[in-house]
Amino acid sequence: MLTETQIERYSRHIMLKEVGGKGQQKLFDGRVLIIGAGGLGSPIALYLAAAGIGTIGIADADDVDLSNLQRQVIHRTCDIGRPKVESAREKMEAINPELKVITYQEWISAANINRVIAGYDFVIDGTDNFAAKFLINDACVLAGKPYSHGGILQFDGQTITIMPKESACYRCIFPEPPPKDAIPTCSQAGVIGVLPGVIGTIQATEALKFLLGKGHLLTDRLLTYNALRMKFREVPLKRKQTCPVCGDHPTIIEVHDELDAMTVCDLKRS
Amino acid sequence: MKITINGKDTLIGENPERTIGSLLEELEVPQRLYVTVEQNGDILDRAAYETAPVNEGDVIEFLYFMGGGR
Ligand SMILES: [Zn+2]
Repeated sequence: MLTETQIERYSRHIMLKEVGGKGQQKLFDGRVLIIGAGGLGSPIALYLAAAGIGTIGIADADDVDLSNLQRQVIHRTCDIGRPKVESAREKMEAINPELKVITYQEWISAANINRVIAGYDFVIDGTDNFAAKFLINDACVLAGKPYSHGGILQFDGQTITIMPKESACYRCIFPEPPPKDAIPTCSQAGVIGVLPGVIGTIQATEALKFLLGKGHLLTDRLLTYNALRMKFREVPLKRKQTCPVCGDHPTIIEVHDELDAMTVCDLKRS
Repeated sequence: MKITINGKDTLIGENPERTIGSLLEELEVPQRLYVTVEQNGDILDRAAYETAPVNEGDVIEFLYFMGGGR
C-alpha cells in the first residue's frame, strides 16, 4: 500500500492509466541492476531512483575522475576520487530516501556475474567494453534474465532490449567480440556528453515498461541514434537459429570471460 | 541497380559477380572486418559474405560495434 506522501510523490505517474497506484506499487516492488555507474549508468540511476524503483543495484569498481564529469551527470566535482557506486548511491538516496540501493564495488567478470544478477528482475548494461557487454549478454540469456543493451561512441548510440530465448540477443547480431583495440572506445575516440543521456534514458524507460508490463519493449529491433544528423533508425532483427548462446544448438553453455576482447586497462583492473 | 543501405536508396553499377564481401570493399564500409551484415531481414554468417550475391532491391543493413557506455 502506498502512503499519503508516496501518492503525492508519484502523483504524475499515478494519474497515467498505464501506471496507476497498482503500477507504482509494481515499480516499488521492482528490482533493477545497473552495471556501470558512468555515462549510461548516470541517467539510468537518477531516473530509476526518481521513478521509485524499490531496489536498485549498481555495479562499478572505478573511482570518479575529472574527465568523467563532462557526461556522467550523477557525479559532482567534489566526488572526484570517490568510488562511483558510493557517489551514485548518495545521489539516488538524496532524490528518493525510500529506495534500497545495493552497491557492488567490483568489476563484473565470469567469476561474479551470476551471483550479482541473481535476484534482479531486469538488468541494464551501461558498461564501456566488449568483454563486459558479451559477458552480460551471455549471463542474462543463460539465466533467462531480461536486459537492456546500450552502446555509445562519438555521436552514435544504439540500444536493444533482450528477452532471452524469445527475442534476438546481442550475439545474434555480433557472434563474437572484435579483437581488442580493433574498435575505438570513448576514451580513445571521444563521446559527446549528451549522448549517454539519450541512450540511457531509453534504457531506463525499458526497465519501467518491463516492470509495469505495459507497451512494446525494444525487442527484435536495434534502435540506432546519430546526434549529428539527429536521426533515429530502427533495424528489424530476429533471433538467429545459429546464435552461439540463444540458438538451437548453443556452443556457449556457461559464462566465460572474453579475454581477447579485454583491453590492457581491463586486465590491469582485474 | 538500386539497393537500400541502412535506410538509404543507393545506386550501384551492374555487376553480376558482386558479393556482400566485395560490396563492403566497393563502398569502403568502415569496420568492414567486423561489421555485421543483415540482408533482407536475415543476419548473414560472416563465412557467407564472400559468396552471398547482391540483388536488385536488396535491403541491406550494416550493423556496427559500439562498445562505449561509461
Ligand atoms: Zn542470440
